Amino acid sequence: MTTTASPRLPDLLPGDGSAGALGGARRFAMPATFLVFGLVDILLGARSHGSAILSFTPQFAKVTIPNLTIPAAGTCYLSGALTLLLAVAALVPAVAPRAVPSLGNRAWRRVAIGVVLFLFVIALLAWSDVSQSSGGSEAIPINIVNLLSGSLNQSIPIMLGAITGVICSRSGVINIAIEGQLLLGAFCAAIATSATGSLWIGLVCGALAGSLVGSLLAVFAIAYIVDQVVLGVVLNGLILGLTGYLYNSILVPYGDTLNSPATFNLWKIPGLGDIPILGPVFFDSTVFLYITYIVLAFVSFALFRTRWGLRTRAIGEHPVAADTVGIRVLALRYRNVILAGLIAGIGGAYFTIGSVGSFGINMSSGEGYIALAAMIFGRYTPWGAVLAALLFGFTTQLQSILSSINVPIQSNLLLLTPYVVTIIVVAGLVGKVRGPKAEGVPYVKA
Amino acid sequence: MERQSVSGMQLELKGITKRFGSLVANDGISLSVTPGQVHALLGENGAGKTTLMNVLYGLLQPDEGEIHIDGKAASFHSPKDAIGAGIGMVHQHFMLVPPFTVAENVTLGIEQVRPGGLLDAGRTRREVRELSHRYGMDVDPDAIVEDLPVGIQQRVEIVKALVRNASVLVLDEPTAVLTPGETQELFRIIRQLRDSGTSIIFISHKLKEVQEIADTITVLRRGKVVGERKPPATEADLAALMVGRDVQLRVTKAPATPGDVVLSVDSLVVPAAVSSVHGTPATASTQAPVNGLSFDVRAGEILGIAGVQGNGQTELCEALMGLLPVASGSVRLNGKDLTQATPRARLDAGIAYVPEDRREDGLVGSFSVAENLVLNSYDRKPFARGITLSLPTIAANAMARIKEFDVRTESPAAPAGSLSGGNQQKVILARELGEGTKLLIASQPTRGLDVGSIEFVHKRIVEQRDQGVAVLIVSSELDEIYALADRIAVIYEGEITGFRPPGVDAAELGRLMAGGTDLPNTPLPEDAP
Repeated sequence: MTTTASPRLPDLLPGDGSAGALGGARRFAMPATFLVFGLVDILLGARSHGSAILSFTPQFAKVTIPNLTIPAAGTCYLSGALTLLLAVAALVPAVAPRAVPSLGNRAWRRVAIGVVLFLFVIALLAWSDVSQSSGGSEAIPINIVNLLSGSLNQSIPIMLGAITGVICSRSGVINIAIEGQLLLGAFCAAIATSATGSLWIGLVCGALAGSLVGSLLAVFAIAYIVDQVVLGVVLNGLILGLTGYLYNSILVPYGDTLNSPATFNLWKIPGLGDIPILGPVFFDSTVFLYITYIVLAFVSFALFRTRWGLRTRAIGEHPVAADTVGIRVLALRYRNVILAGLIAGIGGAYFTIGSVGSFGINMSSGEGYIALAAMIFGRYTPWGAVLAALLFGFTTQLQSILSSINVPIQSNLLLLTPYVVTIIVVAGLVGKVRGPKAEGVPYVKA
Repeated sequence: MERQSVSGMQLELKGITKRFGSLVANDGISLSVTPGQVHALLGENGAGKTTLMNVLYGLLQPDEGEIHIDGKAASFHSPKDAIGAGIGMVHQHFMLVPPFTVAENVTLGIEQVRPGGLLDAGRTRREVRELSHRYGMDVDPDAIVEDLPVGIQQRVEIVKALVRNASVLVLDEPTAVLTPGETQELFRIIRQLRDSGTSIIFISHKLKEVQEIADTITVLRRGKVVGERKPPATEADLAALMVGRDVQLRVTKAPATPGDVVLSVDSLVVPAAVSSVHGTPATASTQAPVNGLSFDVRAGEILGIAGVQGNGQTELCEALMGLLPVASGSVRLNGKDLTQATPRARLDAGIAYVPEDRREDGLVGSFSVAENLVLNSYDRKPFARGITLSLPTIAANAMARIKEFDVRTESPAAPAGSLSGGNQQKVILARELGEGTKLLIASQPTRGLDVGSIEFVHKRIVEQRDQGVAVLIVSSELDEIYALADRIAVIYEGEITGFRPPGVDAAELGRLMAGGTDLPNTPLPEDAP
């Protein structure tokens, strides 16, 4: 049987712009970005002398792995050359879109982006390691394992916040209040742990606090149809003010009993934790990192393979269609927003009972908003969001290592790094992201 | 979820009344649907057809009246109840989740799961294949719905209802979005369903279709049943019932008196577009949608361009309006070259444009009717004074135009998007048909309109011709071409396969529409009447 072609051209095209070659000026975004990275690599090489040392042995490790000594300038030049090669390769489909088959285009883009970023980081490390030692003295090794495990742990609140965001957005409710969920989670976990002495009760209270913010969000967004962006920002302001007030009036005077929680100890997973390099990075951390693994695996599986996931995605895309097949749209939205809050609450608890050991005013310091960004440029998928969060965590960690080894760059400029990298990746490489259709749109029955 | 053989269901609606405020949308409607029949509900837009079906589907609660199934009263508080009772509905605007696969859409709400809520994707896929095969529907369970043509999306909706064991299937204006070919496919499927015992309620305002497919026709007007007919009923009879007065199905018009050439299109080529919205070049066809078209339109004549949808008509109109870039060839208006002119310059030169997609391209839905009436002239006198708008003039213009074109709207301040299709088209015509129009381009001017509105639009177009305007009509409905055109050009794959006089028979046009070439001894276009 034949079907007549649909009348309008856009209907014939795939809905996702990145599926094929890109049109217009955007086609040149990738080669141009690669070119800039390549030139920066080479520039770094021109300013490097001597050898950089990379170390892979964590502190107090029984088994030591020999340090890797690489010629700094050579490494930079090599990275630069490879990056420029990729820039040329990326230029081919931009200039002659029909010369390359569009199949696999997307996978190649992702791999290329990953390789270019990796090369840039290597060049940056090589340069920074030799630049701190002016004169002939040997460079201090940069510890790669510490860098990686630091990034991973640093990213825990962002990863968990972003996963919360993904669930809410996929259900059709935009959750700007992740920041508030993190902050209240941190606050409640600190108090509960200090008061009861139990870390686990603290963890549960942190999760419940995130869920409480989620409930407020749900009630006002779903039942009272308040604009969800405004509502999220207001909730964040409310929680910032409330925790600040309570901190000054309760936590400061009774700091010994209410704001001195213990923190979770590192727990090395038997077996896995002993793998060289990978073990100390991924399997030797607090319970928070393992919870993140479980949540990530569970949510990404559930969202795409279960009845719950199908219905959740349906009410975020086309709630009317879901309603006509008997799905209770509002009930499911309530449930998802409130339950997702638990995840962000755990992320918040990490601040106080996972790393710092006491609550401080505004200690989430905008990471909830970063989580929101990670969710969007991770294309509203749990894995994408987590990888995006890791990129941010990594650049933050890199920045703090670079500033600690006295790289000759203004420290204020260094502090910008995570944001600059985020902007470059979002604008130049990720491209247009299409969110769930009904995200932020209240569902009102006719 | 396995579909059992359908047992016929006797569905009866008894005295259904539904009010919205002071408006009575359904006024004591009674209807009886016999098993294994196609029962058509015919009525103009706003006659209450959709309201009645929403009552039946549990989306609305009736103020009075009852629904009886096999003689027993039933009450539906939600679509779930209606689905449970064996009623399926294909809405005019599809209830499909665009990024989902066909199988996911079909299974949504009645998912087959293994323990732990795991989706059993394989089973759904098999069921879709099986049903699709049984009724010759050719639906791929793994296709993403938004990539499918509307005709196939509609079949997905039908499969969705069948999987839920619908024994009464409601189709709300199913052909409004379909091409003629897709419509025939749909009718074949409907007949097959009917023969297997499913009752079909077919809602439409198109007389021809209702005649072709229905076993019983119930006509609604202003919320009431005004008559019931069995085909063959005459079209004039049905139209009169529907509208409440005698309707001219074909406008009477005097023979054309063509004057000088107004629009002259020479070897026009419009290349395959790089869609800016999607940022993806069309890979499916590298052929230019408009591929060397030449034709003239004279003052005081209507040239009708006939052809199956998707043969370059949309691109032709958009290129003539300067909305698409032209690769080669020329467009002249009264001898002046407009090939590279901006849309604004073309409007200023006296071109009026009634676009194919009136909601997307013809109106700004969220703007008021009054604002829409000055979309092409808001920045000049008398509607603008310096940098400010002259609101009183705009309001006065709106009142006058609404009266002149009989636009049915609560107020000139109502958003244009809230109007019915016919009234939206009247707003566009009222805006476009002003003083100084030299050329009118109208693409699918009556698509989706009811007979009353069609009559109105056709009359206005002929009126323009009689005033000496050159008119270009692009339509995929042959009826419309016959009703209006003084000269017919047939377009196929971006080329004109022939010019014919208005008296030509449909078989000959059909031959040209399928790509048949001109016979060598046919007269040149300029010699045609």
